[in-house]
Amino acid sequence: MSLIAITEVKKRFGDNEVLKGISIDVASGEVVAIIGKSGSGKSTLLRCINGLETIDEGSIVVAGAQFLSDEAHLKALRLKVGMIFQQFNLFPHLTAGGNVMLSQMVVKKTPKTDAEAVARKMLDRVGLAHKFDALPDELSGGQQQRVAIARALAMQPIALLCDEITSALDPELVAEVLAVVKELAAEGMTLVMVTHEMRFARDVCSRVVFMHQGRVHEIGAPEEVFANPRTPELRQFLGVQ
Amino acid sequence: MTQFTFWDILRNLLLAARWTVLLSLVSFTGGGIVGAALLFLRIGSRRGIRLLSRGYIQLFQGTPLLMQLFLAFFGLGLFGIDVPAWLAACVALILWTAAFLAEIWRGCVESIAKGQWEASASLGMGYLQQMRYVILPQALKVAVPPTVGFSVQVVKGTALTSIIGFVELSKAGSIVTNATFQPFTVYGLVALIYFALCWPLSKSSQLLERKLNVAHRNH
Repeated sequence: MSLIAITEVKKRFGDNEVLKGISIDVASGEVVAIIGKSGSGKSTLLRCINGLETIDEGSIVVAGAQFLSDEAHLKALRLKVGMIFQQFNLFPHLTAGGNVMLSQMVVKKTPKTDAEAVARKMLDRVGLAHKFDALPDELSGGQQQRVAIARALAMQPIALLCDEITSALDPELVAEVLAVVKELAAEGMTLVMVTHEMRFARDVCSRVVFMHQGRVHEIGAPEEVFANPRTPELRQFLGVQ
Repeated sequence: MTQFTFWDILRNLLLAARWTVLLSLVSFTGGGIVGAALLFLRIGSRRGIRLLSRGYIQLFQGTPLLMQLFLAFFGLGLFGIDVPAWLAACVALILWTAAFLAEIWRGCVESIAKGQWEASASLGMGYLQQMRYVILPQALKVAVPPTVGFSVQVVKGTALTSIIGFVELSKAGSIVTNATFQPFTVYGLVALIYFALCWPLSKSSQLLERKLNVAHRNH
């Protein structure tokens, strides 16, 4: 059974239909890359899976829980899927450790000492154990993004959504973040990532989804999608003739 | 005819200035509490209440404080309710301050990046948890300089209550002038006392702005 089942999802912003009937099934442990031009709806799709956007038609089921937009259902959904953002969105008034501890204590009511132990473990996992007391301001972009990953992992999600998580980083910082993601993938974490890192998508992902104008245009194993693009749109996107 | 020394004048003005200070403190504290309540109604999820709160703010921002004082003092009198000047002054100033503070603070809450709401939501926090642990701690920091800055307006606003007969610094100034026939000395001193009250406030607003580094936060 698939972990994330997206069926015929449609989403409109006013008159503009951004998602025109998307169906994707993601199995447990799969790493799915969503690629496509800006405006193709890939970020919107990711935000729908996490309930940051409501959907107009269709259904999204995560580990058997239906997407409904009331607060109790949303919370249940969000405890299952973590999300990492392009702009990191760390809480600037808290230290790296505080960022990782906050939602455990507030949402899961974990006692402070336990939350701190988890936070230290998660920061260690992303290679930042020594930055526990640093404020986000004092960290590089790559380090901030790794703290954001630790923060999401601390909630023990069954899947992680990554929304262009390396797009706001300087080129030399991209590798350290991707290394963490690669490790997570190797440990069997289910990942759905919107990305522009084609090489990473090719090397790490089990499936690639090419979105174009609100539809899934091509979907398949990375070797297949990158080596033999079937449609002219994907060929153009990849820059091959 | 009695002769008034400079000291007589200053002493009487300083005694009256206590009421200016007290009225400012009451208005600012009361206005802060009412303003905080208004803020939550203003940014809450209920549309009707949001509009009501916005209407209140626009009404109090869009009419002169003097009119509000007249309405509180004479208006209630029409219904047979005898309102003492100090009470009318307090009520009008509290309601007026609340409207401005609510609007200042709304700006501060809305200045917090949307990503903060999204990140905290994606971690499973509810609205109140987001407010309490993520948004307000950041918004408060932004709010301190303009709030302290606005307190200067409150201090100066208390001068208007002299019109309805509340004896604070300005009213004492005209009383003393009528007795001494030395308007320049008296009003000069009145102005200096107001300045001595207001200047430290605006200066500390500036210092706080620099210290909290509000303008240079890069996220």
